[in-house]
Amino acid sequence: MPTDQNPDPATTSHPHNGGVPRIQFEDVVKKFGSTTVLEGLNFSVDRGERVTLIGPSGSGKTTILRLLMTLEELTDGYVWVDGDPLTHDRRDGKRVELKPKQVSAVRKRIGMVFQQFNLFPNMTVLQNIIEAPVHVLGQSTEQARTKALELLDRVGLGDRGDAHPMQLSGGQQQRVAIARALAMDPEILLLDEVTSALDPELVGEVLGVLQDLAATTDITMLIVTHEMQFAQDVSDRVMMFDSGHIIEEGLPAKIFSDPDNERTRQFLQAVR
Amino acid sequence: MWENELFFEAVPLLLEAFIKVTLVVTVLGTLIAVVLGLVWAIAVRELPPLLAAPLRFLVDFIRMTPLPVHLLVIYYAFNSLSAMTVGILVIGVHYSTYMAESYRAGIESIRSGQWEAATALSLPASRTWRAVILPQAIRNTLPSLGNWAIAMFKDTPFLIFISVPEMVTRAREFGGQHFTYVEAMTVAGVLFLLASYPTAVLMRKLEKKLAY
Ligand SMILES: Nc1ncnc2c1ncn2[C@@H]1O[C@H](COP(=O)(O)OP(=O)(O)OP(=O)(O)O)[C@@H](O)[C@H]1O
Ligand SMILES: [Mg+2]
Repeated sequence: MPTDQNPDPATTSHPHNGGVPRIQFEDVVKKFGSTTVLEGLNFSVDRGERVTLIGPSGSGKTTILRLLMTLEELTDGYVWVDGDPLTHDRRDGKRVELKPKQVSAVRKRIGMVFQQFNLFPNMTVLQNIIEAPVHVLGQSTEQARTKALELLDRVGLGDRGDAHPMQLSGGQQQRVAIARALAMDPEILLLDEVTSALDPELVGEVLGVLQDLAATTDITMLIVTHEMQFAQDVSDRVMMFDSGHIIEEGLPAKIFSDPDNERTRQFLQAVR
Repeated sequence: MWENELFFEAVPLLLEAFIKVTLVVTVLGTLIAVVLGLVWAIAVRELPPLLAAPLRFLVDFIRMTPLPVHLLVIYYAFNSLSAMTVGILVIGVHYSTYMAESYRAGIESIRSGQWEAATALSLPASRTWRAVILPQAIRNTLPSLGNWAIAMFKDTPFLIFISVPEMVTRAREFGGQHFTYVEAMTVAGVLFLLASYPTAVLMRKLEKKLAY
């Protein structure tokens, strides 16, 4: 168990040995009012692994990503990142809520790209990207700018740093959002239907950037997508959810072509 | 009967009262209201519920009770303060409660995705407010703040309750001395209009300038 050797997660950094999973959900319960969305979910993700979450609408995929990003509160259970508790720790067998500062220390390792981009419209593209590196990581503006320009180049927008988000197409905005998340050097990247709000002809440019990212970095990725070809190309593992439970998981080649579970089969037929 | 002579006699007298009292009260009152209104709006959201609830009640209470009552209560409760000081403070605080509502609406109009993006980037709350939420919210709030400033300006005659010699009080005195009120009151009305209208136009210009 990751906790017992780790009394103060905010100040002790872990001996990052290969045995500790990058992400671990342990008995995670999530309720919205009286609706239970997740009831005792367990899974873990290895360092550098790319895992795609599939499943029908309402099966809890977004909730899982939002819990990791601390956008939702855990009702019960634990989420561990590199063995460090994210929002709740276990101390002497008791579940203890962590202080905002401690949460923030672990959360900095996680980045997220949203379906609706969520760029800050009052800032330029460049300001969007350097905001957190400067004000959270304490980088100098110059340092952050240099890195931001590199990232913009990488997503094919090297010349749009001074544009405002509103002046960009959806595909361009989403690529800026990816650059913004990468500027924090995350160990984990969460992607929740990042192409769902885009016109069909703009989907390719965003998936291209993500494919390149998957090929050239070792960032751990948790992906929710309806782009099954993309999922098959980048993932190491696919997890099929139904009503908050993993009903089947495995290699993408296996899940997409010859799933064991009948509901997985039906779901894949429906979305194809 | 309208007398031109009286009209022109009233102009310098009322202009002096207008600048020395009405404008001073409005400008300082607006400054207080703009700052305090923002403080209320943020505090109600950021304070723990146990503190936010009484604050919200206090702000609602002030907003829903009449300005002249506040003027009189504070004037007699703190008789060491000059009437002018009481006027500025009370009118500023009173209007801060209206402006707080405008700020609140402006803040609530910001889509939740903006807060979520700030969380995902681990921006601290202070930075989220300053760099992300307020620049967008205030842009939405500005027209409404401008309207409250003009409403405050038009409420300055209430200062008569604590005998601050503002313009309408002076116009009334002037009318009493000359047994006719039309000329002096016309001057007062024209001065109000001359000040309100350019303010409204200026606010509209400012709004356009702040658009991105
Ligand atoms: N803020 C909320 N309040 C109440 N219920 C919610 C809230 N957010 C999600 N839910 C519910 O939780 C369940 C899981 O939702 P979630 O968004 O995680 O599903 P999903 O798998 O991402 O679905 P989709 O494919 O449609 O995006 C749904 O039944 C949803 O209605
Ligand atoms: Mg979803």
